[in-house]
Amino acid sequence: MSARSRERWLGPAMLLPAVLYIVALVGVPLVLAALYSVGDVKVGSVGYRFVGLDNFRSVLESPAFRRALRNSFIFTIASQVLSLVGGNILALALKDAFPGRRFVRYLILLPWVAPVSIGSMGWKWILDSLYSIINWVLVWLHLVKPLDVPMWLGEPLLAMISVILVHVWHTLPFTTVILLAGWTSIPKDIPEAAQVDGAGYFRRLFEIQIPMMLPIINVAVLFGIIFTFTDMTVIYILTRGGPYDTTQVLPSLAFFTGILGSDLAEGAAISMFLLPLLVVVAWLMLRTARRAEVT
Amino acid sequence: MAVVETRKLTKTFRKGEVGAVRDVDLASHEGEFLVLLGPSGSGKTTLLRMIAGLETPTAGEILIGGAVVNDQTPRERRIAMVFQSYALYPHLSVFGNIVFPLKSQGVKKDERQKKADWAAGLLGIGHLMDRKPRELSGGERQRVALARAIVREPSLFLLDEPLSNLDAKLRASAREELEQFQKRIGTTTIYVTHDQVEAMAMGDRIVVMDKGRVRQIGTPAEVYDEPADTFVATFLGSPPMNLVTGADGITGFRPEHFLPARAVVSSESVAQRLTLSHEEYLGAERILYGTLADGLFAGAKVVSRIASTHASLFKKDATYDFAVERRHLKLFDAATGIRKT
Amino acid sequence: MRIGRRSHAALGRVVHVGVLGTFVVLLAFPFYWMLIATFKRSTDLYNLKNNPFIFNELPTLEHLRLLFDETLFLRWFWNTTFAGAMVVLITLLFAVPAAYALARLTGSWGEKLGIGIFLTYLVPPTLLFIPLSRVVALLGLQDSLWSIIVVYPSFTIPFSTWLLQGFFKAVPTELEDAAMVDGLTRFQAFWKLVIPISTSGILTVVIFTFTLVTQEFVYALTFISSASNQTVGVGVPIYLVRGDVYYWGSLMAACLIASLPIAVVYNLFLDRFIAGFTVGSVK
Repeated sequence: MSARSRERWLGPAMLLPAVLYIVALVGVPLVLAALYSVGDVKVGSVGYRFVGLDNFRSVLESPAFRRALRNSFIFTIASQVLSLVGGNILALALKDAFPGRRFVRYLILLPWVAPVSIGSMGWKWILDSLYSIINWVLVWLHLVKPLDVPMWLGEPLLAMISVILVHVWHTLPFTTVILLAGWTSIPKDIPEAAQVDGAGYFRRLFEIQIPMMLPIINVAVLFGIIFTFTDMTVIYILTRGGPYDTTQVLPSLAFFTGILGSDLAEGAAISMFLLPLLVVVAWLMLRTARRAEVT
Repeated sequence: MAVVETRKLTKTFRKGEVGAVRDVDLASHEGEFLVLLGPSGSGKTTLLRMIAGLETPTAGEILIGGAVVNDQTPRERRIAMVFQSYALYPHLSVFGNIVFPLKSQGVKKDERQKKADWAAGLLGIGHLMDRKPRELSGGERQRVALARAIVREPSLFLLDEPLSNLDAKLRASAREELEQFQKRIGTTTIYVTHDQVEAMAMGDRIVVMDKGRVRQIGTPAEVYDEPADTFVATFLGSPPMNLVTGADGITGFRPEHFLPARAVVSSESVAQRLTLSHEEYLGAERILYGTLADGLFAGAKVVSRIASTHASLFKKDATYDFAVERRHLKLFDAATGIRKT
Repeated sequence: MRIGRRSHAALGRVVHVGVLGTFVVLLAFPFYWMLIATFKRSTDLYNLKNNPFIFNELPTLEHLRLLFDETLFLRWFWNTTFAGAMVVLITLLFAVPAAYALARLTGSWGEKLGIGIFLTYLVPPTLLFIPLSRVVALLGLQDSLWSIIVVYPSFTIPFSTWLLQGFFKAVPTELEDAAMVDGLTRFQAFWKLVIPISTSGILTVVIFTFTLVTQEFVYALTFISSASNQTVGVGVPIYLVRGDVYYWGSLMAACLIASLPIAVVYNLFLDRFIAGFTVGSVK
C-alpha cells in the first residue's frame, strides 16, 4: 500500500475504536431499551416476548407515572429558571476583577466539583426534620415556633422546593462559568457606546448585553435542561422520591420500577419517555450552533 | 465660550504610566475639527475618554458648554462618540442601531423614524436600513456609526481613530468623506489619531501629545513650520526633520528644504556638503540618505527630499554641494528640546 | 432625585458585595458545615439547644476514627481512585486518536461525525442503565468494579473527544507539515509532535474524566450491589447508616474527605477547569 493511501486509512483507523466503543455501549443499549419497552422482560427471565405497546399503555394509565411526568417538568423548569437568573447575576458580579476574586471563584465552584451525591448528603442533614440548621436559625430569629418548624423533606411542597434548591445549588456554578464566558466575550466598547448613546444600566443590560449573550444563554439552558430532566441523584438521596412519590421524577421512577422492582420492560418504557425531550433539545442545540457559525 | 475646555486635566494609572495624561489645558473653537495627535501611549485616547465621561480624571476639570461636567455620566453630557471598532450593536439592524440613542432618550416613534431617515440620508445609507452590521463593509459600518452619532444632534463629536480599521485604499476616500461631512454639519469635533498625515489633512488645529503632555497646539501650518520642540518637529513630516547636534544646541531642517545647492536660490543660505549613502526613488520624489561631509556637523546622518522633476544623477559615496535657506533652520535647546529660534 | 456620580459608585459597590456575599454563603456554607460537624462531639451535635455553628464542647476525632476503623470508607476511596485511573487510561487510549482524526484527517463528513459523537454524551445514564444492567450481567461483571470501568468510557470518551478536538484544532498544521516534509509519517508526527505539545489539553481531559468518574452515581448504584465493591459517591450516601440511623458525624466526615482532594486538585487547575468548560461552548 502506498504511503498516500495508508494515510487515507489512518483517519478512519484512529476514529474507529472510539466509534465502536460508543456504538457498543450507547447505541446497542439504546436499541435494547427500545426493545425492552415493547417486550416482556424481567430480571432473570430468559426469553423475549413482543408485546407491542402494552407497556406504554399501562405506564400512561398509572397515576404514579403521570405524577412523575408532571414533577419532571416542574423540577426542570424551576431549576433552570433559578439557575439561569442566579447564574447571570453571579456572572455579572464576577465579571470585573476585584481583590480576592480567585478565592471567591474557588468557593463558588465547590458545589459543582464535589460529587453531587456527597453534596446532597450534606444537604440531607441540613434539611433534616430534627437537626436542620436552617430551622435552628429560623427559630433563633423567632420566625417560627420550635414545634412548628418546616419539615423540609417530609412535606410534599417543601420537599419539591428542597430538591429543586439543592439541584440548583449543584448546577449553579456550571451555569455561572458558562455565562461568565459569555459576558466577558462582549467587546468592551459596545456597552460604552451604549452609555454614550444615553442608555442607563438596565437598558444596556436588557437591550444590548443580554441579546448579545443569547447564543451562550441558549447553550447553558439546553445543557441544563438535559442534565436536569434526566437526573435522579439529588432526588434519590434526599427523598427517594417521597414523601409518597411527590418528588418522584421520570428517571427515578424508571429506576425504582426497572432495577429495584425488577420489571425491566416497564422501567425501559418509562425511561423511553426521556427520548422526545432529548431529540428536541439536541435539534435546538444544533440549530443554535449553526446560527452561531454564521455570525 | 468654548464648546469643550479642559483645565489642568490629569489622569494617572496605578500600574505605570502608559496612557496617562498630565496637566492638559485646551479649549476648542466652535465648529472646529480638533485633532489629538500622538504616538500610542501618549494619552490622547485617555483624554478623549475623559471628555466622554468613560474615565474619571484624577485631577483637573472638564467643561462642556461652559459647565464643569466632571461628575456627569456620559449619558448626561449629550455628546456622541465613534469608536475605533465602531461598536455597532451586532444584534440590531442598521435602523435599530441608529434609533437606539433616540430610544434611550425617550423620543417618540414617528420622530425617531424621521430623524433616522435624515441621518441615514445624510450619510447615504438609506438603502441599508434592514441589514445587520455583519453584512456591511468597513466603509458602510463607519457610516452607520456616524449616522448613529449625529442622529441626536449632539453639541460635540468624539472620534477615536475611526479610519485605522479600514484598508489603505479605502482610508483616503473615507477621510475625504469625513472632512466634508464635518464641514456640512458644523459640529465641534475632537478626533484622535496617531497618523500625522490624517491630522495635517483634516485638522483645523492639532494638539500634539507625547507621554501625557501637550507639546503644542496649533494649525497644521503652525505645528509643521514652527514646531515648539524637537518632538513636534520630528513627529510631523515624513521623513522627519533632520536634527544635528552642535555646540549651541540642536539644529533642525526639513528634508525638503535641504536641496542641491543649485536649487537653493536665496542668498541667505548655509552650504553643506553631502556624501550620499543610498537613494530611494518613490516616483514623485526621491529620498537621498547620506552624511554631512565636513563643517561643524561632519558625520551627521541627514536626509534630503527632492522632487523627481529634479533630474540630476547622484552616485553612491560621492560628495555633492547641498544647501539650506537660513530661514528654514530651527534651533532647539540641547537639554530640553524646546525651540529657541 | 439625581444620584451623583460618586454615591452612584458607592451604592454599586455595596450591592456588589452584598450579591457576592449572599452567593458565596449559600454555595459554600454546606462545606463549612461539613467541616464543623466532622469535629463536633455527638453530644454537642445532637443537642438542639446549642448553637450549631460553633463548637460548644471541645472538638473530637471520634467521628474520623469511626469512619476509618469501622466502615468501608477507605476501601471505597481506593475503589474510586482505581476505577478513575483505569477509566482515564481507557479514555485517553480511545479519545486522543479519535480527536486527532476529527481535527485533521476528515472532511465534511468528519464534522458531522464529531457532532454525532458529542451528541452521544447527551444520552443519559437513566435511559441506558436498564439495558446496560443486563449487558453487565451477561459479561459477568455484575457487582464488580470492572463493570463501571468498562461502562464509564461510554460517556467520558465522547466528552473527551469533543474537548480534545478543540485543543488539536488550535495546534497549527504547519508543525506536522514541516515534520512530514522532514520525512516523518503522519502518525509519527502525531505521536512525536502533536501529543507533547498538547499536554495542556490532555491534562485537562484527564482532570475532567476523573471528575466525571467521581461524580457518577447512577451506574455505580445500579451495577454494584455489595458494599465492599462500591465507590465513594454511592457508598457514603447508601452504606453509612446502621438500620435506620445515620451516623451523621462520621457521615459529614466522609463527605468532607470525599470533597477535599478533588477541591484541592481543581484549585491547582482552576483556570484550566474554566477554560475547559468554555473551550467548546464559546467559539
